[in-house]
Amino acid sequence: MSTDLTTGSARVAFYNDPKVRSIVYQVALCVAIALVVYGATTNAIDHLRRAHITSGFGFWDDPAGFDISQTLISYSSAASTYGRAFWVGLLNTLLVAGLGIVFATILGFTIGISRLSSNWLLAKFATGYVETIRNIPLLLQLLFWYNAVLKALPDTRDSIAIPGGAYLNNRGLFLPSPNFLDGFGAVLLALILGLIVAVVFHLWASKRQERTGERAPVLWVTLALVLGLPVLVFALRGFPLSFDYPQAGRFNIAGGVEVLPEFAALLFGLSIYTAAFIAEVVRAGILAVSRGQTEAAYSLGLKPGPTLRLIIVPQAMRVVVPPLTSQYLNLVKNSTLAVAIGYPDLVQVFTGTVLNQTGQAVEVVAVTMLVYLTISLVTSLAMNIYNRSVALVER
Amino acid sequence: MATNAESMTMPETTAATTGPTGKPRRLATDVAVEIVGMNKWYGDFHVLRDINLRVMGGERIVICGPSGSGKSTMIRCINRLEEHQSGRVVVDGLELTNDLKKIDEVRREVGMVFQHFNLFPHLTVMENCTLALIWVRKTPKKEAEEVALHYLKRVKIPEQANKFPGQLSGGQQQRVAIARALCMNPKIMLFDEPTSALDPEMVKEVLDTMVQLAEDGMTMLVVTHEMGFARQVASRVVFMDEGQIVEANVPSEFFAHPQHERTKLFLSQILR
Amino acid sequence: MTQSEGELAVTELTFVRRYHLQPLAPPARMTGALGWLRENLLSTPFNIALTVIIALLLAWAIPELVKFLVVDAVWHGTDREACLEATQHREIGACWPFVWERLPYFIYGSYPIPQRWRVDVFFAMLAIGIFWLLWLNAPRRDLGVIYSFVVLPIVSLILLHGFAAIGLPVVDTVLWGGVLVTLVVASVGIVVSLPLGILLALGRRSPMPVVRLASTIFIEFVRGVPLITVLFMASVMLPLFVSEELEPDKLLRALIGIALFASAYMAEVVRAGLQAIPKGQFEGAMAVGLRYWQMMQLIILPQALKITIPNIVNTYIGLFKDTTLVFIVGIFDLLRTIEVARIDPKWATPVTSTTGYAVAAIFYWIFCYGMSRYARAMEMRLASGDKR
Repeated sequence: MSTDLTTGSARVAFYNDPKVRSIVYQVALCVAIALVVYGATTNAIDHLRRAHITSGFGFWDDPAGFDISQTLISYSSAASTYGRAFWVGLLNTLLVAGLGIVFATILGFTIGISRLSSNWLLAKFATGYVETIRNIPLLLQLLFWYNAVLKALPDTRDSIAIPGGAYLNNRGLFLPSPNFLDGFGAVLLALILGLIVAVVFHLWASKRQERTGERAPVLWVTLALVLGLPVLVFALRGFPLSFDYPQAGRFNIAGGVEVLPEFAALLFGLSIYTAAFIAEVVRAGILAVSRGQTEAAYSLGLKPGPTLRLIIVPQAMRVVVPPLTSQYLNLVKNSTLAVAIGYPDLVQVFTGTVLNQTGQAVEVVAVTMLVYLTISLVTSLAMNIYNRSVALVER
Repeated sequence: MATNAESMTMPETTAATTGPTGKPRRLATDVAVEIVGMNKWYGDFHVLRDINLRVMGGERIVICGPSGSGKSTMIRCINRLEEHQSGRVVVDGLELTNDLKKIDEVRREVGMVFQHFNLFPHLTVMENCTLALIWVRKTPKKEAEEVALHYLKRVKIPEQANKFPGQLSGGQQQRVAIARALCMNPKIMLFDEPTSALDPEMVKEVLDTMVQLAEDGMTMLVVTHEMGFARQVASRVVFMDEGQIVEANVPSEFFAHPQHERTKLFLSQILR
Repeated sequence: MTQSEGELAVTELTFVRRYHLQPLAPPARMTGALGWLRENLLSTPFNIALTVIIALLLAWAIPELVKFLVVDAVWHGTDREACLEATQHREIGACWPFVWERLPYFIYGSYPIPQRWRVDVFFAMLAIGIFWLLWLNAPRRDLGVIYSFVVLPIVSLILLHGFAAIGLPVVDTVLWGGVLVTLVVASVGIVVSLPLGILLALGRRSPMPVVRLASTIFIEFVRGVPLITVLFMASVMLPLFVSEELEPDKLLRALIGIALFASAYMAEVVRAGLQAIPKGQFEGAMAVGLRYWQMMQLIILPQALKITIPNIVNTYIGLFKDTTLVFIVGIFDLLRTIEVARIDPKWATPVTSTTGYAVAAIFYWIFCYGMSRYARAMEMRLASGDKR
């Protein structure tokens, strides 16, 4: 019957004290992880030593000795190093991923909006597209495009001639390559100038609208500046652009720029596949904005165009951007399927050929994973910042 | 307080036709809304049957009835949020057809307040109110903000101008919605069950605002279950059931001596 | 009569309806086939143009597809001659004899023919497990869970791999192939990823910092890298990390890679479900005196899993499609067997590849679409359960 209530807590056996238990669990986990890591490392060192495989990154500067079918930077099998091969592979990945994101977005938004169309045929067609593409593995689609379509094109001898000076055969698409002559620099300058002036015009038009209420024809002026001005300068400077047309021979096509069927198949397959998922994301975003918003805007006298721009799209974007970024990341990760059709992306070049030649599995796989991990984490971070900045303010 | 039956005449105002003077604008004709023989179907369902209604300027019409009777659908036909299939709907002299220009004109003259407020959550209260002024009436920003502040004062929440709708209570949000509609200086205001989604303690503040609006002479059509409001302010009460107008009368007669069987049944359920 | 009564209401202040109006049929232009066409396909000039374009597109594409798969297809034959235009003097569609002949290979791989009954038993057991779990009104579904997640894996392992002691000759996993491998990889992935994902999700939400850190690092790492790199890591690096005596089976390595990968994604799905449980549930359980694991098992997890069933099924659909990636580390799943078969010179024709891919596409599509319909049905059911 103690009346002293300030003395410490009831005495518990130490093995029942939650704090002690927590510490014990965590220490046990650390020990377990340490043991596993230790065991794995010693085994690996042992195996590698026995196979006479060196460790470390010395191989980075060793000569590569193999060819790469598509290189955006200069590379030669004789003179370039493994390190250089890494960069070639990385650039190829970024190229196909970047273009894939652009095409998939355009196609995905179109299909997503189409699914909500009042035109029954269009809506059903878009739904059919999504339900078919989403339920067939990407690898299967890639193999189909590559083997059944592109590889089934005619031989070099029977190349299909495309109006405009291009040739299509089972070795690739041969396009005229542009030669930028003297004076093209001025056209680029005009483009940049046009963009800057368009931005300034936008700002001026906004300020003017605030002051007087009048809205200047922003769209037309922007088009005129960004498209019209460069075209005008192009003409004035005497059309400083010539093309190197591919010449069709019996066994070869000389000249022009070659688009590999591997690249085309990967780009096509990735775009079509990811577009189906983007379509669903877009559809969910548009549906997330309640009909009442449209009705309120219409009842205020707002026309459909401004309603979409000022009310619907800003709200839909909040819902669309996070999963959209997720799909973009998926596209980047899916581009690694290039190894199945021989497109020289980072995985195919580095984790494929370089690993085979050097045998240094640990370093090569670790570096590759690090690259993709960095891309993922940076994108997630950017996404979190975006999310926080557009969050709706609530109580 | 104008609750008499002779409110079919024009309101006693000589207000200017534009600007926020606090008094509603004059109608182009005496008749605010005229609906003649209007029918509407949703697919096979005959939702509105032979609706005939004439609303004069300055009248306050309260429309009541059981759920599913088509009350909301009817007033939504007035600003073309719904389309009617037969009959005529004429608003302030403008007939509603598929002519988009006419529809835009009508929507500029008719304001609407919704059951679920439908405020734009990504814009501040001030921006909600000035949006239409800037983009539809092409008002300069400063002027638009003055107008908005004037109406926010009228609904008694000017201090919330820079808050977002998500930060306000239900009653405050609905008052902002009323202010937003008023900023466009409409000749006619439509209310679609404005207090049905509110907690009981907030219903009064919104009804008070609407009473004030009525006393200033605004032409109003209100779909509501709030019979106290109808008794206080309505010039006519219209009872709808199964898509048709069953009975219409001045409030005193309507509540004291309902004529039709269905009206009697409805009132007995609503007014315990 | 009844119509003109209403006109009085226009001018009168007082109105009482005398005749009740019965519902009429809508005007002819609104209803029936004509009305529907107007509304949905032909409402504006833009819509008309769109309808025409798509109709033309479908009018070309669908007949072409049917032509290839059925009309122009070859149904009988023994070798490529049956499917060549030159010898048949007509346009050739799909080469089905190729599929009939190679079908056992597509299904069993190189599993020894006298032992194939074991694979059939496995398929049957798998089907039972699936039905038991998915059919919501099945009896004793708790037993179904134990069957699917414990009994089935153990029995299947013994059955498929063999156990000399009880008279089942061992069949090396190198011989397994086709649908057998696809279903084995998918099942292992499904069976392992859910419990492991739950553990990881709980770990990520744990108040113990070390546990939380370890779980988070694992999940974010695995989700940030492509599956191919995980498979490479498992198949190339795993033998390095384990001691000399254990020579991990090639299929096992791929299974480990897929299972770990799927677990990380499942962890996030389960975590979302846990986050949706109101705090009150946790507090209520603790107030009653339940300890951590009891609380999780009896109160929290059942609710969390129920909410996220659609997302879990979506993850499984992704997993099913991802099984094709084991192709790249040399495992003979269905896709790889088709790749191997289509370049067989015995069947070399221009249509062989397409036929093979069509078969694979149909197989995967049926499974994945079926799962997605199930997920949607679950979603509907859950949504309706919340309505009063």
